[in-house]
Amino acid sequence: MSVASETQTSARDLRAKYLNGETTARDVALAHLQRIKEVEPRTHAFLTVLDEEDVVAQAQAADQRLENGTASALTGVPFLIKDNISTEGVRTTAASRILDGYIPPFDATVVSRLKEAGAIILGKGNLDEFAMGSSNENSAFTPVVNPWGENRVPGGSSGGAAAAVAAGEAVIALGSDTGGSIRQPASLCGVVGFKPTYGTVSRFGLIAFGSSLDQIGPIARTVADCADTVNTISGLDPLDSTSLDHKLDFAEYLGRDIDGMRIGVPREYIVDGIEPGVRAAFEKSLTVLEGLGAIVEETSLPLTDHALAVYYIIAPSEASANLSRFDGVKYGMSVDGEPNARESIEATRGSGFGAEVKRRILIGTYALSAGYYDAYYKKAQQVRTLIRREFHDAFQKFDVIATPTSPTVAFELGEKTQDPFQMYLSDVCTIPVNIAGLPGISVPCGLSEGLPVGLQILAPQLGDRTALQVAHAYEQSANWNLTPPEPCTD
Amino acid sequence: MNSEILSVDDVKHIARLAALRIDDEEVQMMRRQLSDILAHFQTLAELDTEGVPPTGHTTDAHSVMRDDEDMAALERDRTLANAPFVDGEFVRVRPVIE
Repeated sequence: MSVASETQTSARDLRAKYLNGETTARDVALAHLQRIKEVEPRTHAFLTVLDEEDVVAQAQAADQRLENGTASALTGVPFLIKDNISTEGVRTTAASRILDGYIPPFDATVVSRLKEAGAIILGKGNLDEFAMGSSNENSAFTPVVNPWGENRVPGGSSGGAAAAVAAGEAVIALGSDTGGSIRQPASLCGVVGFKPTYGTVSRFGLIAFGSSLDQIGPIARTVADCADTVNTISGLDPLDSTSLDHKLDFAEYLGRDIDGMRIGVPREYIVDGIEPGVRAAFEKSLTVLEGLGAIVEETSLPLTDHALAVYYIIAPSEASANLSRFDGVKYGMSVDGEPNARESIEATRGSGFGAEVKRRILIGTYALSAGYYDAYYKKAQQVRTLIRREFHDAFQKFDVIATPTSPTVAFELGEKTQDPFQMYLSDVCTIPVNIAGLPGISVPCGLSEGLPVGLQILAPQLGDRTALQVAHAYEQSANWNLTPPEPCTD
Repeated sequence: MNSEILSVDDVKHIARLAALRIDDEEVQMMRRQLSDILAHFQTLAELDTEGVPPTGHTTDAHSVMRDDEDMAALERDRTLANAPFVDGEFVRVRPVIE
């Protein structure tokens, strides 16, 4: 079998091939390492690739389980893990200089669960430093390049995760989503990205950014693979006190029809800057959903326009507190030669953090500081309540809400780096979901000027199965799950 | 956009609160960029939030207590191996009180 047929596959197809003896986890793992060698010089999706010996050992253990009947849905499936998720014994950087040389002595809960399921971990994915960014250009190491266009960003912050899946370097990737960091890069790279309801997946071992917003989730080639992954990694975790005691079967509604399903389309998501090609692809996707029997209706969520401000107050405020732990004392880099602890910490943080991380720490510190707390942080938290109420009311009328995932296709490298606020606008369609703690999924819904467009489906809290059901029905009908044009290599 | 929301001294003060050393060039850049970003936030003032409770968490998360049982801790050697400066079984820091 060719490398391409073993690397551009879904996990469900792979499992069928394993079970009928068509291929082995070892062969598939080696095919992925080969693919990584071929395309990494261009994509830079990985920050760390595990040694062949390590990957083969994981694959052989998977093959044994496939033989002796103890395999799970993800046994032998090659994964990439975003590099802000802790992996025992494997360098974890969050794409920041300040974590230079850090080797976690423990696994994140999601990583332990993947290992127990027999998944194969290939390596760690590039990202915007501490997951702060929408283009991956904030990586302290190197920007990721979108497999769909040589001078295009993959989106962010899980840009490495999305690019790797699109380019056939991994079958599934784990990302994290604080304001769209799974869904927006999935949209820009033409793959599926799913952010589950806040609390369904443990955050233990995720390097914290905005704790009330962060959620781990999958990026994959199909909706079904996303559901299977969340089935494996979700569930109560005593190590994360915000993890929910709900165990949904995320794949339960896949394959059910959507006849009579009520879908709301809020007009505020057709923002001023939306590209005509994105709008056309989105509107066509609504026609497809109608063709499947769904009742599509325009609606209004007026507070959408305020979501960006709420997010860029709350997320940096939480970040400024979370990132205070990086002091050069316990791990990571440290600037030596300063006279005292205070100066040493200031010097380490000053040289260890990149510009966007500094901006957010400063915004957050300001918003939380005496005299400004009420005007910024408290106000943002109150508007957060209003946004949650607005969604709550909308979900009385609609089963799900459909929007474009991003107002644009993948933009050019360097296009938005000079103006931080322009970059923030890339998240305008994904941010409200995190503010309200909702589930959201992005599925490919066509191309605009040769670049992928994403359709986003939102559901109420713990309505994940319905979002997946609608996304799956759309995916099966529209079949936009395309592979990027070759070569992905230089 | 109002680029005068923050002064140079404001930025220096915030950076000090955040234990972040930034040079004069960065201070100028941050003053301009942060003022611009904060100007976009002023739209929130238009909304009436009188009596609206703030949302800190979106789920019904409440304080969780675990049973007081001992559990495995991180392995000391591997944990200390990450510290830039170590003295025996301790992490070494610069003087806090001079």
